[in-house]
Amino acid sequence: MSGDTNSKLVLRDFSVFHGKDHSLRRVSMDVKTNRILGVIGPAGSGKTTFLRALNRLNDLTPEIRTEGTALLDGDDIYGGSYDVVRLRKRVGMLFALPVALPMSIYDNVLYGPRLSGVRDRRRLSEVVERSLTAAFLWDEVKDRLQMSGLRLSGGQQQRLCLARVLAMEELEVILLDEPCSGLDPISTAKIEDALTILKDRYTIILVTNNTKQAARVADETAFFLMGEMVEMGPTGTVFTVPADPRTGEYITGKFG
Amino acid sequence: MRIPPRYSQILAVGLMGAATLLTLLVLVFVVVFVLGKGLPAVNLQFLFGMPRDMGRAGGILPAIVGTVLLPLVAIAIAMPLGVGTAVYLAEYTRETRLTKVLRFGTDCLAGIPSIIFGLFGFIFFVVMLKMGWCLLSGGLTLAIMILPTIIRTSEEAIRAVPNAYREVSFSLGATRWETVLKVVLPNALPGIVTGVMLGVGRSVGETAAVIFTAGSALRLPATMFDSVRTMAVHFYILAREGISAENAYGTAAVLIISILLINLATYGMMHRMLAARTK
Repeated sequence: MSGDTNSKLVLRDFSVFHGKDHSLRRVSMDVKTNRILGVIGPAGSGKTTFLRALNRLNDLTPEIRTEGTALLDGDDIYGGSYDVVRLRKRVGMLFALPVALPMSIYDNVLYGPRLSGVRDRRRLSEVVERSLTAAFLWDEVKDRLQMSGLRLSGGQQQRLCLARVLAMEELEVILLDEPCSGLDPISTAKIEDALTILKDRYTIILVTNNTKQAARVADETAFFLMGEMVEMGPTGTVFTVPADPRTGEYITGKFG
Repeated sequence: MRIPPRYSQILAVGLMGAATLLTLLVLVFVVVFVLGKGLPAVNLQFLFGMPRDMGRAGGILPAIVGTVLLPLVAIAIAMPLGVGTAVYLAEYTRETRLTKVLRFGTDCLAGIPSIIFGLFGFIFFVVMLKMGWCLLSGGLTLAIMILPTIIRTSEEAIRAVPNAYREVSFSLGATRWETVLKVVLPNALPGIVTGVMLGVGRSVGETAAVIFTAGSALRLPATMFDSVRTMAVHFYILAREGISAENAYGTAAVLIISILLINLATYGMMHRMLAARTK
């Protein structure tokens, strides 16, 4: 039932219910390893629900339940014995609004590694430098790592959040929920640059309101509408010769 | 007839300003009155001396020691229980009929007059458990009395921690407990401290519940099972029995200054905690 071996995540007839609402309708897809999947669609199309289902953050909302299968490396992440905490260490998430925790930049980055029990100071310092560098933030903060993360600008905070995700040693998949919606063009460009480099190591799913952003960075693009996945394919194809007329209408701005 | 907005605005500011001023004046008057009558009796000998002749002469050292120890015992018992309950209610349970009943119960508990707690403590700890009038009986009774306040203020403080912090913590692979320890409690701390200090304030000023459970011995306590007298009780007994009005006011002055100092220290501590987070 799973796709080919290059697939990191495989969904089959995967549905999410929000109380009585069917927020995600029988989605089936294969997310390829070391690729960026762009997810586009108007507000309320189920993009965020889809993303939050993949690291089971939806578990925190009691009214939400799921149906169908979601496989990470072939294992059903909704299986009874699946370790949710471990899942979230492998599948990291960047939220729409940058949320620096009210602690120093240094402690923000190390939140994940310390949970995993890393205590060695030299190793921790290395993780901080490596992660902040990968998030294009190191040069701006290297002299003030003990400063509160809350004092950074919005764009810097979002890169701090990215660094915090990248610091997790078991990380394999990065979920991004409209990570640039509140950012200026320069911060946005920095995040996009980081993503195109990071896909060599990670599998990335980027939900975005900005169709141009998907066109710029995504290898494949999926179009969601009212909880349904209308189509998914190579970004070039979806943007130039979409299989479904609704996709073309959305991309050219006829609705949404 | 409608008052023009410009004038109703002036009127409102004037009325509310007057209310504030009146409140402040009453407060200042009480403090100045008590300090004026009491401070002349206060000197080093009064603060650090043992009382003689039922308190007619000598100092109030045992009462000061009692005032420090009794709230400490009460807080040591009530804080873990109260904060634990608050964490459980806010983080581990969904809003159900049970939590509503629990919350209603704690609200009712908070409104019960202290003498009822005193009576309960007397019957339960002093008599039934044969603990006698002592520091521990009094501490347990005061703990029960201030528990509702600590639970409610802590729960509010915990609920006020932005949910986004929790989501971030979970998304980075933290368990619920790790999230509580590393994100929720540190951010709720100022609110929790406020609740605890309200409890300290009530314990320091309490008389009825203390007389019934901790007794009123004028000795320095050596163990948890010795009776103690707090400054509030000392004041009450000196004034009620007509022993010494002068020393009663002296005790009241020391009590008021202690409460002012406790509040100042708390504010200072909270400011430093809040400032440390955005440094």
